[in-house]
Amino acid sequence: MIHSLFLVNSSGDIFLEKHWKSVVSRSVCDYFFEAQERASEPENVPPVIPTPHHYLISVLRHRIYFVAVIQSEVPPLFVIEFLHRVVDTFQDYFGVCTEAAIKDNVVVVYELLEEMLDNGFPLATESNILKELIKPPTILRTVVNTITGSTNVGEQLPTGQLSVVPWRRTGVKYTNNEAYFDVVEEIDAIIDKSGSTITAEIQGVIDACVKLTGMPDLTLSFMNPRLLDDVSFHPCVRFKRWEAERILSFIPPDGNFRLLSYHVSSQNLVAIPVYVKHNITFREGSSQGRFELTLGPKQTMGKGVEAVLVSSQLPRGVLNTNLNPTQGTYTFDPVTKLLSWDVGKINPQKLPSLKGSMSLQAGASKPDENPTINIQFKIQQSALSGLKVNRLDMYGEKYKPFKGIKYMTKAGKFQIATR
Amino acid sequence: MLSMSTNNLSYSDQGGTDSAVEVGQETTPTSSNAGAGFGLFSVDFKKNEDLKEMLESNKESLKLEAMKRVVGLIAKGKNASELFPAVVKNVASKNIELKKLVYVYLVRYAEEQQDLALLSISTFQRALKDPNQLIRASALRVLSSIRVPIIVPIMMLAIKEAASDMSPYVRKTSAHAIQKLYSLDQDQKELLIEVIEKLLKDKSTLVAGSVVMAFEEVCPDRIDLIHKNYRKLCNLLVDVEEWGQVVIISMLTRYARTQFTNPWKEEGVFDERNERAFYESDEEKTRDETEAKPYMMDPDHRLLLRNTKPLLQSRNTAVVMSVAQLYWHLAPKNEVSIITKSLVRLLRSHREVQYIVLQNIATMSIQRKGMFEPYMKSFYVRSTDATHIKSLKLEILTSLANEANISTILREFQTYVKSQDKQFAAGTIQAIGRCATNISEVTDTCLNGLVLLLSNRDETVVAESVVVIRKLLQIQPTQHSDIIKHMAQLFDNITVPMARASILWLMGEYCERVPKIAPDVLRKMAKSFTSEEDIVKLQTVNLAAKLYLTNSKQTKLLTQYILNLGKYDQNYDIRDRTRFIRQLIVPNDKNGALSKYAHRILLAPKPAPVLESAYKDRDRYQLGTLSHTINTKASGYLELSDWPAVAPDQSVRNVEVIEPEWAPSLGKTGKSKPAKSSDDKFYSDSGEEEEEKGSGSSSSEDGSSSSSEESGSDAESHVQKNSSQSSEESDKSSSQSEKSSSESDSEKKERKTKTPLQKKTVKPTAKDSRYLMKRAGPTSPKQHTKTIFVNVINQHSVLQTFSYSHWSTLCVSLFTQLCPLSLAFPLQVSGPAFVPEKSHDLLHRMTGKGLSAQYQFPRQPCLYQPTMVSVQISLTNTTDHPLEQIHIGDRSPTGLNMHCFNTIECLEPEASVTVFMGIDFNDSTQAANFQLCTKEDHFSVSIQPAIGELLLPITMTELDFRKEKGKLLGMNESSATITMAAENMTSQPISRPVATVANLGVVPSSQGNVHRFAGKTASSRAVVLVTVELRESSTALITINTEKSVMGSMLLRDLKLALAQA
Repeated sequence: MIHSLFLVNSSGDIFLEKHWKSVVSRSVCDYFFEAQERASEPENVPPVIPTPHHYLISVLRHRIYFVAVIQSEVPPLFVIEFLHRVVDTFQDYFGVCTEAAIKDNVVVVYELLEEMLDNGFPLATESNILKELIKPPTILRTVVNTITGSTNVGEQLPTGQLSVVPWRRTGVKYTNNEAYFDVVEEIDAIIDKSGSTITAEIQGVIDACVKLTGMPDLTLSFMNPRLLDDVSFHPCVRFKRWEAERILSFIPPDGNFRLLSYHVSSQNLVAIPVYVKHNITFREGSSQGRFELTLGPKQTMGKGVEAVLVSSQLPRGVLNTNLNPTQGTYTFDPVTKLLSWDVGKINPQKLPSLKGSMSLQAGASKPDENPTINIQFKIQQSALSGLKVNRLDMYGEKYKPFKGIKYMTKAGKFQIATR
Repeated sequence: MLSMSTNNLSYSDQGGTDSAVEVGQETTPTSSNAGAGFGLFSVDFKKNEDLKEMLESNKESLKLEAMKRVVGLIAKGKNASELFPAVVKNVASKNIELKKLVYVYLVRYAEEQQDLALLSISTFQRALKDPNQLIRASALRVLSSIRVPIIVPIMMLAIKEAASDMSPYVRKTSAHAIQKLYSLDQDQKELLIEVIEKLLKDKSTLVAGSVVMAFEEVCPDRIDLIHKNYRKLCNLLVDVEEWGQVVIISMLTRYARTQFTNPWKEEGVFDERNERAFYESDEEKTRDETEAKPYMMDPDHRLLLRNTKPLLQSRNTAVVMSVAQLYWHLAPKNEVSIITKSLVRLLRSHREVQYIVLQNIATMSIQRKGMFEPYMKSFYVRSTDATHIKSLKLEILTSLANEANISTILREFQTYVKSQDKQFAAGTIQAIGRCATNISEVTDTCLNGLVLLLSNRDETVVAESVVVIRKLLQIQPTQHSDIIKHMAQLFDNITVPMARASILWLMGEYCERVPKIAPDVLRKMAKSFTSEEDIVKLQTVNLAAKLYLTNSKQTKLLTQYILNLGKYDQNYDIRDRTRFIRQLIVPNDKNGALSKYAHRILLAPKPAPVLESAYKDRDRYQLGTLSHTINTKASGYLELSDWPAVAPDQSVRNVEVIEPEWAPSLGKTGKSKPAKSSDDKFYSDSGEEEEEKGSGSSSSEDGSSSSSEESGSDAESHVQKNSSQSSEESDKSSSQSEKSSSESDSEKKERKTKTPLQKKTVKPTAKDSRYLMKRAGPTSPKQHTKTIFVNVINQHSVLQTFSYSHWSTLCVSLFTQLCPLSLAFPLQVSGPAFVPEKSHDLLHRMTGKGLSAQYQFPRQPCLYQPTMVSVQISLTNTTDHPLEQIHIGDRSPTGLNMHCFNTIECLEPEASVTVFMGIDFNDSTQAANFQLCTKEDHFSVSIQPAIGELLLPITMTELDFRKEKGKLLGMNESSATITMAAENMTSQPISRPVATVANLGVVPSSQGNVHRFAGKTASSRAVVLVTVELRESSTALITINTEKSVMGSMLLRDLKLALAQA
């Protein structure tokens, strides 16, 4: 299946290679570099590139291309999904997944890759199992290792791979038994120039951090499970139970994991939590353009809108901007023409606005296109869809765990067209 | 050369004898030994000198540090292969991380350093017997990843054993190993299929995915293997790990297309009754109904659909996609739509996932618009999407467009046209064109919109619009002369060649509608002809020709001018075209016939272009596959067959007998076959046993085993002859060996004086030899070499006390007389040429709590079973109390066929007793481990045979020898040239050292300088032929011919040592 893996950085250097079968020369990446040169943006490199003898399937994450070399027919998603899993694992292990982090931990990276694939077929991709096999490096452990000469490789062989519950290791022990669940919803929307919604949908996830002793069996129920239109589960969730009773029943993995991701049915109207008033104009013949933007909260259920960040790709003709924000800071990059405005919190009494002028290239005709505005924000303690967890019960263990639920709403791909 | 063999020597030392005598892993650093040995290499490679030193140091931490740096080198793609010798000896390290890194290295470079890689094999072989399943699994993983063809038989054996391991994890690993072995040696296919067949029956979810993967790789066409496992696979599917699910689902998709009938013929026939039929699993009834009703879904078909459905909820996008394609290809039309929601959900995932999913949706949406129409808004383009995603979304939106939603879509398209991404804007224009052709209601609206775009400032947008307008006009040219006029006006401003060419073509095609403008455009073109692009020039010539035909009065001169320009153009296409047009339109004497038709040729009504999706014909590939993505057949793509007209027999999937669960008795670590059973079989059914083994081990065996059976069946006639012949033979050989042993005696004394110390204090084990070398400390290479030699001498017992024992003489005659009794004996097996009386420690009296045991190979054909090697064990009681009930307990590997000695009821103090055992080593040097039990205790012991002990001598004539040798050439031959030791050349017959090493029979030779030896392997009866050809200047060519190539190479190594040594 997966023959080899090359890691390519943004400047086009291969900085790591790993082969699971016989060695494939790195010259195979030349085809990839060709495609990379042809692409205007790094994102535009096609994920699947056929070459005379191989097929290159790549993903781009954290400005690193993970290029897998394939020799014969295999579902491309299989490879892509696996590569993303690799990146997730690296991130999990090193905190960040950058070229520097990978280079610093090249041995751990290699050990991980070795465990994750056997002959190109995924073997152990579950982070709990991997962490038992290869302990993630921490500063403390590095120091200890250099002094005592012990290693990052687990002395004990993992049991998880062999048990009936492959995602959980046995013999977990905590003094404080805690289970936290974060319900995070993202709203994707496209809003047209008049402020009416073209599309809006809510995607949510429930991320869990479970630190419980032994083999607990949890059930989580919702007040309004009907809201969930389409769900995908962590493998630990018992599907039959969900089908029958709409209850999540599972033996949780140890530590952090994504329990569930869901889509809120599109029949429900989605409340848009912010509105934007904009007026961006270019006048024919003049070298000035006007820029006005005002943000305001709308249907936020009484919660504050925080961490607001506005960004917009201005037309190529714009040379510079001269804007005044009522709050926060703004930057304009004259090279990429990217305007970004870090607003912070929206105060309903005093709406934040950004006003001023743009200077255009003299003599050039007015730009045809108007920019789209992308907005990011967060609303704490509220799930936009109204999803509510009813209760969490634990079976199979005697102690009383501490339970916590947190709700949050975020902007996903939230776009506003100005024309 | 000499130094090389020295190194090999020291390794074989460790690999071989170590395990024979001491089971426990010995990890005393081999530093000084290797350090001096490899010092010889270092001259060539100075680069990684420091790493080499670190690797050879005593400190674990230094070694680990060095290995980390080596792995760093590998990761960067730098060549670290010269460190191979230094790295490989750490393979048995106790430090897990160090060991893992060595594995990483080994797998990477073994292919390039095959000879050296072989040195590590024994470590893995030992680990394959480890009680810990994870160690067994990892040993198999690495062993099978070493791509060295010579170990194919070893891998095969290991896979077979692992396939019946007790631990599902090990079985899973063996499934992986099947693919590796198959890619290494395709000849093993048949045997591997047997293992696959076995593993397919496995009920563990851990194994299922991996074995199906192996199935897909090795024998995807053997659909018959699936029948019996089909229902089980369907039922297990939900619990299989996610990657396995993908593989199983795609295999089952193919399977279902060959086994079930088409559910699409009649829509919605499926009903409750069918469901009931499934639960009742009443076949008669179902079949009746099938005849009665037009279509009835096979219950197994339904089972598959039902069991895959929950997987649409998987977090793994690949699983969701594979279920989606399964439904697309297998489900009745009215059920397919359940996959829509899940596919749309995947669009929230990463960019690359979106790309693949969108591609598949694009293909689906062409055939079935209705499926995705409700989710149309999910395909709206965002400004942050990558270009290829944008164009895919456009593609899908275009496919989804219908009369009802076209206005929404067109409004959306309008915003896209204004996008800053001009390539995308151009794509949108094409999409608008497609909508306009597909939906006649909006054609005019679209056309008007496109004409508006002609005044756009961006050139690519305008050019694209022109091209699309041309296509649209072609469809309904009648009422649009004003658009053509408008385009003519724009002509001066447009610079994109394709757009200019399009306008020129339009002018020519519809020149009769714009009679005034067309000649004027031609006039302009005549002016700028030389500076135009080729495509524009061609269209200019075209326009000129058409105008000449319709309006020759105005354009005759212009046309001639343009044709003259074209005649001398640099591009040959244009020159050709000009020449052609001139002949066609300008009438002259020669071509009168054709020019009559010029008008009809050039101005024929042309069919309108069909604007259709690029994804139209992609459905010939299975969805979700690589081939579908790249729209060409990827290597290894398996076609999805059409539905069969008549369903094949569905009863093949019935599982009549419930297969036994994985019985622990089959397991590796568990109790092996009760000792009784082997006793039972003692006389009865050796033939049957052999058959079992024949199918179980390797193909080469089949022939020989059947031949031995044959000889067993008609033994009566041969027996008499055989016995008399062989007894004669044995007499001869015994006298011969007696002579040689007496000769060697004298030499022995010489040696003895040289090495008394080692002999007394050091037992010839690898552990000790290493120990010894370490003590020797930093010696010069020369000294060192010598030390190694001494050890090898010890190991191979060549020059030790070999006096021919009376006992073995007795045995020879006894056995040869007994031959008629053991019926399955091949004819030519003779008595041994020579029996070295070298005994090995089996159990030391200290570890055995007073019981000491020694073993030796009497080189007799085994009385119990012909495939066994007989072992003579001397037990001595060194305690002061009698030991009771000495017998053999558990053994491993479990497949090991062993004949135990009868329980010794009582062994008095200071008494000793000699017993015989038969062990079937299965032609490998893997150690036989078993427990030696007394009433109170049990001790784990192991016997590892030297390769030469696994052979039985045979006699044959020189002619036969040559004939046999002729059959075993090529891959089966291994040879080496060595420098012979002086005394081997002169004083001694070459047969003695050879016979010492291996139990071979001497073949009479007509040539003085060529010596031939023949033998058969004990277990598989493969012929082993050895030829030693002496040449000038004390060199000799050793050639070994045998189909057991691993044995051949090992034997060659041993012989090289024996002959070259002194």
